[in-house]
Amino acid sequence: MDKHEAQRSLTDTMAKFTAYVGKHLPQDVLEKLAQLREGEDSPLSRVVYDSMFENLKAADRLNRPCCQDTGVIQYFIKAGASFPLLGELREILGDAVRQATREAPLRHNAVETFVEKNTGDNTGTRVPWIEWDVVPGEDAVIEVYMAGGGCSLPGAAKVLMPAAGYEGIVQFVFDVITSYGVNACPPLLVGVGVSTSVETAAMLSKKAILRPIGTRHPNPQAAGMELLLEKGLNEVGIGPQGLTGNSTVLGVHIESSARHPSTIGVGVSVGCWAHRRGTIRIAPDMSYEILSHKEAAL
Amino acid sequence: MKKVLKTPIRNEDLETLRAGDVVYLDGLLVTCRDVGHRRLIELGRELPVDLKGLAIFHAGPIVAKDGDGWKMISIGPTTSMRMERFEKDFIEKTGVKLIVGKGGMGADTAEACKRHKAVHAVFPGGCAVLAATEVEEIERVEWQDLGMPEALWVSRVKKFGPLIISIDTLGNNLFEKNKAEFNQKKGPIIEDINRQVRFIK
Repeated sequence: MDKHEAQRSLTDTMAKFTAYVGKHLPQDVLEKLAQLREGEDSPLSRVVYDSMFENLKAADRLNRPCCQDTGVIQYFIKAGASFPLLGELREILGDAVRQATREAPLRHNAVETFVEKNTGDNTGTRVPWIEWDVVPGEDAVIEVYMAGGGCSLPGAAKVLMPAAGYEGIVQFVFDVITSYGVNACPPLLVGVGVSTSVETAAMLSKKAILRPIGTRHPNPQAAGMELLLEKGLNEVGIGPQGLTGNSTVLGVHIESSARHPSTIGVGVSVGCWAHRRGTIRIAPDMSYEILSHKEAAL
Repeated sequence: MKKVLKTPIRNEDLETLRAGDVVYLDGLLVTCRDVGHRRLIELGRELPVDLKGLAIFHAGPIVAKDGDGWKMISIGPTTSMRMERFEKDFIEKTGVKLIVGKGGMGADTAEACKRHKAVHAVFPGGCAVLAATEVEEIERVEWQDLGMPEALWVSRVKKFGPLIISIDTLGNNLFEKNKAEFNQKKGPIIEDINRQVRFIK
């Protein structure tokens, strides 16, 4: 395959995978939803969970995006430094988004700021949004994430004084979720970033919700805090769609960095129950493996 | 038996409904969200659809061209609270009877629902293909200059739901009640967690 062909092939793969992620939830989310559904007993919870699962079946059968809000497409890339199309990836992903928008179809969700016009193809200034992590090797692992407006709205970050301690983080997480969580389509996946400043904490909180559900922070104290927050938020009992119930969250994940001694940056990102995340590994010959979805075919 | 509302909706169809009831809709449902509300209320423009007795949907769908017309692909509710700033005046000006969205709305909307005999209901969020299968046809589209999500899509729907009444004609507000409950519960839970996260020593 020459470079031109490789570029065309990868564009097509990423267009199809992006469309696929908009239509099918990843395996870990499906399993968690089934588990939480079992734990609910109120009539309204049942009405909502029945609709959710009926909807996923219909999306599958009709090959349509399971939620109409297919988000501003984001790609989180772990790119091997020797990946052959490293320099072309941004162009490839832009083209892939345009193709997926036509073929899936996806909702037109890129409004050019200040011009205040919808571009109509889901691309625009800095969009699709791309985050890079360059690692040794020759593969590229690409996470596709599409978050609707509803679960983007609660997102918040702030810098605490050290006197507030980790207790301040707990308070912040609860305040965000009890104030805005209802509208974000619970049960929610809650990501918490603990760092120095707003932008680092916010980015870590987003990366936290890209982790498979139930994976734990490597530090035992942080992992323990994830479990405490999960249990505590579930006790608040927001339930599916905020109609009350026995659970609030799909999970709570924390990502952290070392911090400045004078600050504790905290960020919160929220994923809705229709958590459309997909992971694909691209080999140097442009063959691929889908890591997030069972039996996925593009 | 499923309780079904039909457009045009009359006051007496709504007066027996209570927050927490589940209903379905037959008839005309018009999408109207952020900019549609802003144009009517803040910019004083006339809505191109007469909403008297009809239902609006806080939603921005995915539609596809289908011959000369349009086909509904995926349409789920969006956060209703974004329209709170406008909804009270919107209800008063348009005579809309049923507002469908996601999550609750505030005190102003509840007051307008009480005064003008209207209700707010939620369709389960994220269930957009389910909702699309309950759309029989898109009759027309207005304000297409706003783009696909913000345009006014006028749809004929059949057994559209489940719609969970969140604000009834007495002004009862299900989500405000739930939120008060959540806020009341959280204090002791936070205290308990905080005793276990004193990592700075």
